[in-house]
Amino acid sequence: MKFLDEFNDPEIAKQLFAQIAEMTTRPWAIMEVCGGQTYSIIRNGIDQLLPDEIELIHGPGCPVCVTPLGTIDKALEIAARPDVIFTSFGDMLRVPGSDEDLFGVKSGGGDVRIVYSPLDAVKIAEENPDKQVVFFAIGFETTAPANAMSLQVAKRRGMDNYSMLASHVLVPPAIDTIASSPNNRVDGFLAAGHVCSVMGTWQYGPLVEKHQVPIVVTGFEPLDVLEGLRRMISQLERGVAELDNAYARVVVEEGNLPAQELIADVFEVCDRQWRGIGEIPQSGWRISPAFREFDAEYRFGVGDIDAPESPLCRSGEVLQGLLKPNQCEAFGKECTPRTPLGATMVSSEGACGAYYQYRRLEVPVEVGRG
Amino acid sequence: MADPDFDGWSCPLPLRRYERIVMGHGGGGQLSAELVEHLFLPILGDHDGEMHDAARLSLEGRDVSFSTDSYVVRPLFFPGGSIGDLAIHGTINDIAMRGAEPVALSVGFILEEGLPMETLGRVVEAMGAAADAAGVPVVTGDTKVVDRGQADGLYVNTAGIGVIPDGVDIRPRRAEPGDVVILSGTLGQHGVAVMSKREGLEFGTEIRSDSAPLHGLVAAMLAVTKDLHVLRDMTRGGMSASLSEIAASAKVGIEFEEAKLPIPGDVAAACSFLGLDAISIANEGRLVAIVPPGHADAVLAAMRDHEHGRGAVVVGSVTDEHPGVVVARTPFGASRVVDLPLGEQLPRIC
Repeated sequence: MKFLDEFNDPEIAKQLFAQIAEMTTRPWAIMEVCGGQTYSIIRNGIDQLLPDEIELIHGPGCPVCVTPLGTIDKALEIAARPDVIFTSFGDMLRVPGSDEDLFGVKSGGGDVRIVYSPLDAVKIAEENPDKQVVFFAIGFETTAPANAMSLQVAKRRGMDNYSMLASHVLVPPAIDTIASSPNNRVDGFLAAGHVCSVMGTWQYGPLVEKHQVPIVVTGFEPLDVLEGLRRMISQLERGVAELDNAYARVVVEEGNLPAQELIADVFEVCDRQWRGIGEIPQSGWRISPAFREFDAEYRFGVGDIDAPESPLCRSGEVLQGLLKPNQCEAFGKECTPRTPLGATMVSSEGACGAYYQYRRLEVPVEVGRG
Repeated sequence: MADPDFDGWSCPLPLRRYERIVMGHGGGGQLSAELVEHLFLPILGDHDGEMHDAARLSLEGRDVSFSTDSYVVRPLFFPGGSIGDLAIHGTINDIAMRGAEPVALSVGFILEEGLPMETLGRVVEAMGAAADAAGVPVVTGDTKVVDRGQADGLYVNTAGIGVIPDGVDIRPRRAEPGDVVILSGTLGQHGVAVMSKREGLEFGTEIRSDSAPLHGLVAAMLAVTKDLHVLRDMTRGGMSASLSEIAASAKVGIEFEEAKLPIPGDVAAACSFLGLDAISIANEGRLVAIVPPGHADAVLAAMRDHEHGRGAVVVGSVTDEHPGVVVARTPFGASRVVDLPLGEQLPRIC
């Protein structure tokens, strides 16, 4: 099929694997930042076919995984209200808050609906004028333009029954934090192609300079990931650190300017909690004062809700590449996709969830057959 | 009758997150299985110690296949079918997965006050046409009406019986190492057809449900050999649920080649777009057969000669390695575990 098959071709993959193997002479730890890349790597078994020297570290790029517990609890609080229709992307519904998840709220009578776009939520609001419709806007830079647009539409139409619980996170500050850590093991970063399609690549040059670490903008289909890895290994083996764009069919340096304008109109940069990692300065977007009336935290007065995370969950170390998922003592025991302690186990893109789903044959046999 | 022991359930992590029913309990995955294992079976009893699409009963010397299924699909009408023909095909298929020739069906309606008579008429016409085409009569039924708001238009339950030919013993536990895994056709069409209609998504081409009665196909396969080991119709949870359940039940490993899976291009595109996995999407006219290797070629040929098996293809085999686990070989030569889906598939965010 057009646009899918040509990026899955096993013959081309074989050539890329061979080139990577030939180039690799030393151990390298490479972090793929985006959860979509993690999914592609694990689903296709790319990591199994790379030379032993190459270690892939699954980064913090799953927005579901890094949404803080306190934000989930705010969502649960709002969703349980009888006058609210709470809308969300599908995989947020199973993310556990302190007590339950959105599915639990739904079964208790909350009106919780899966949507595919925030504009669907706007439509629901127009169809239900006597209800407050809230959209749970999580995600990286990729989903921000559509979320911003929905608020612009709501404002333009004078809608007083649509609002947004926003918890956007930004990739460059996360890379900066990981690369700055004294424990950092990452030799190179595969940047998230779709984030860069919105924001461009210009934010990454300074990170390359500052940390002397190669960054390769990489796509999501298997051959995209392999090409990103090939270019990364090439840089590492040559001892250079450059910004490279291996996803040029989608990403241009300046990014999508109209989308960036939309974002700048609706959101402002803020410090942000990342689940399992902690607060990263200037790493999130919140709804700007001009759109405050559409901010669900403000409208529903849930700004004060906060929640401590499970002491058993070591997802922060997993997200920073300090721990493999199956090295966590709770992995496959207290923590499974069925009973996740941390959000990295919830989403199929989450490092722990992906590991659990697809790699159980390589971890101890008793794991996961609960 | 003893109360269910909510504290002493055998599964180490039983149902513990949910004190109420959630949608995933009806999704045909792990949550559904836990309900059956920990609530229904302990109280209602375990007839033959083996989960299958239909029960096998012995009546006056004749072996009978007996099954029931309820239909709550939204929307009621979708490309390639409706709740009416689905309710006929689904129960026929459940009966047929024991190798039985379906004899008769019952139909129970739960109707919501205010349902347009014209809608009910169209559903019943679709049922009648499907039953006629399949040659399986509806012989008894029931109708209940509930207050407006208590049912989403209408729900249908069908049950049915069929006669199992002598010498036929088809059930999950018969899967043996060396057996061949055959799919009867494409994967994912029904689920994507319903979802695209429900969500108002359009993909350029219209994806149609694969809903079809499979007893004729099964009869054609049995004409080759009575020694078919396992048949499953791959409904909720799709192929991955069917294979996972067979592997767990027979304590064998199952391997398949992803590159051989018959996933239509438009289904693959929709799945890629929505963040879904075609192997876990419901089908309503597709079966997976586990067949002894010596009969595989002839069974495959017979399937391809039948209108509902034209797209039949061998996708894998049963192995004595990794018992209880289904493994996919990726096109690049790597492998991964395929799990029983948890509940409903959730579209991924990106």
